[in-house]
Amino acid sequence: MLNIKGIWKSFGGLMALRHISVDVKEGDIKALIGPNGAGKTTLLNIISGIYQPDKGEVFFLGRNISNLPSTKIARKGISRTFQHVELFGNMTVLENIMVGRYVKTKAGFFSSGLKMPYVMKEEKEIQRKSEEILEYINLAQRNDELASNLPIGEQRILEIGRALATEPRLLLLDEPAAGLNIRETRNLGEIIRKIRKELRITIVLVEHDMELVMRISDSITVLNFGEVIAEGTPLEVQKNREVIVAYLGEEEEIQRGYNAHT
Amino acid sequence: MTVGVFAGINALVAIGLCILMGYAGQISLGQAGFYGIGAYVSAVLSLHFGLPVVVSLILAMVVAAMVAVILAVPALRLKGHYLAVATLGFGEIIYIILNEWGPGGPSGFGDIPHFSLLGYTITSTTGYFYLIWGLVAVVMIFSLNLIHSRTGRALRAIHDSELASNAMGLDVVELKIKVFILSAVYASLAGGLYAHYITFISPSSFSLFYSILVLMMVIVGGITNLWGAIIGAVVITVLPELLRRFEEFDVLVYGLILTLSLMFFRKGLVPILVEKIKKLRGLAVVKH
Repeated sequence: MLNIKGIWKSFGGLMALRHISVDVKEGDIKALIGPNGAGKTTLLNIISGIYQPDKGEVFFLGRNISNLPSTKIARKGISRTFQHVELFGNMTVLENIMVGRYVKTKAGFFSSGLKMPYVMKEEKEIQRKSEEILEYINLAQRNDELASNLPIGEQRILEIGRALATEPRLLLLDEPAAGLNIRETRNLGEIIRKIRKELRITIVLVEHDMELVMRISDSITVLNFGEVIAEGTPLEVQKNREVIVAYLGEEEEIQRGYNAHT
Repeated sequence: MTVGVFAGINALVAIGLCILMGYAGQISLGQAGFYGIGAYVSAVLSLHFGLPVVVSLILAMVVAAMVAVILAVPALRLKGHYLAVATLGFGEIIYIILNEWGPGGPSGFGDIPHFSLLGYTITSTTGYFYLIWGLVAVVMIFSLNLIHSRTGRALRAIHDSELASNAMGLDVVELKIKVFILSAVYASLAGGLYAHYITFISPSSFSLFYSILVLMMVIVGGITNLWGAIIGAVVITVLPELLRRFEEFDVLVYGLILTLSLMFFRKGLVPILVEKIKKLRGLAVVKH
């Protein structure tokens, strides 16, 4: 459903991505891994339209989306979370989800001010649907709290919930487990799997937690210095010589992830 | 009563600025410009072109909205201090235009017709008091509806994170332009009403000082609460009248009160009051 073809991207003199091609199958959980600075987040930012590629194209459901701004891409059915959580901190947990419903609703400036009957109906629907999503991600008991007051683990889950509210076909998760403890990470893994299985949303995941990556992903692409160095199932990637070399410092961690998987 | 009329006029401008700044997070130091456009356009159209006042007021709002679009498209790409300076510059430009090319130049002009509707003309201050506070009520209801809607949430979201707003598919630029237009329309309506009420206008009422005065109302009342705009407008308008007894020291006392209130009630009067009430309620619950 997502085809990335020959993407190049540089920032000044720094070549962040060199000729990256990745294909994501519908219904898959695809993980992008690699050492820090490998270009994973840059790639996610290109898919979601925050950056434009210098060269190359991104196709989503067969359409070229490489030069669309992020707003338009979001409306096409790609939603995301951020490495540094980007919640609406001064709004409540429920309101954050309600903003996610924006693309699926249409009350305008004037009709909202005049409180037209259809606006009221729509508003009720937004509220109902948002509460449903909060139930789904187990945050219902937090609905009235300010988003910025949640612990980081719940903030990351809330960001996923907000993305789900847009009813995406493809969900991009940028290091969702960063800052989470083992219990929270396990819970996160369950939620990601549940989303794929029950909502049939395809997921692209950038993550450093190898245990999580190996446990939940169907396919992994490994980046290093802006290039794809390996691709395959978790088992294949773990055995790949080049990957082990790239991860030299973190070799042990890969081993641990491997053990947990088997 | 006259003070009450002015408080109402100021409240209209303050409500617009409160939505723009407190909710959407966009700064404007040029509201006096839109206030002036409203006053001059409506006054000239009714006085020199003989249009009914209601029509001239509506046209004044349309003109202000168009000017707002022209200003917003380049200016809203700017953020924070830069946007503040750009809108400040806009206010100054309008002020200079009114001085140089406005009817009567710096000394202004009079004989502006009073407000009339369906053959009934309002001339008394009491009449204006009810008219203007009636309009404040209408504008307030519209604005409260707006901020508690899909659009209002989107505006607050943009305030918190533009990055995430874009990723959620919000039309960030369009929303910013629209809220800017809204604040300009409110200010121009207030300006028009001002002109028809006192029937004489000159550029000095539309200087940077007025923009700052409105900013002060919004901040003193509490920028994160729409009711703060009304309370702030009333306080800032009425305060100088109450300070008359201090004679030549009134400006000094006025400045002192403002400084102290900003030091001790930084969030503004209304939000602090809301917090106090919530706390009291919380205590009551605990006792039960």
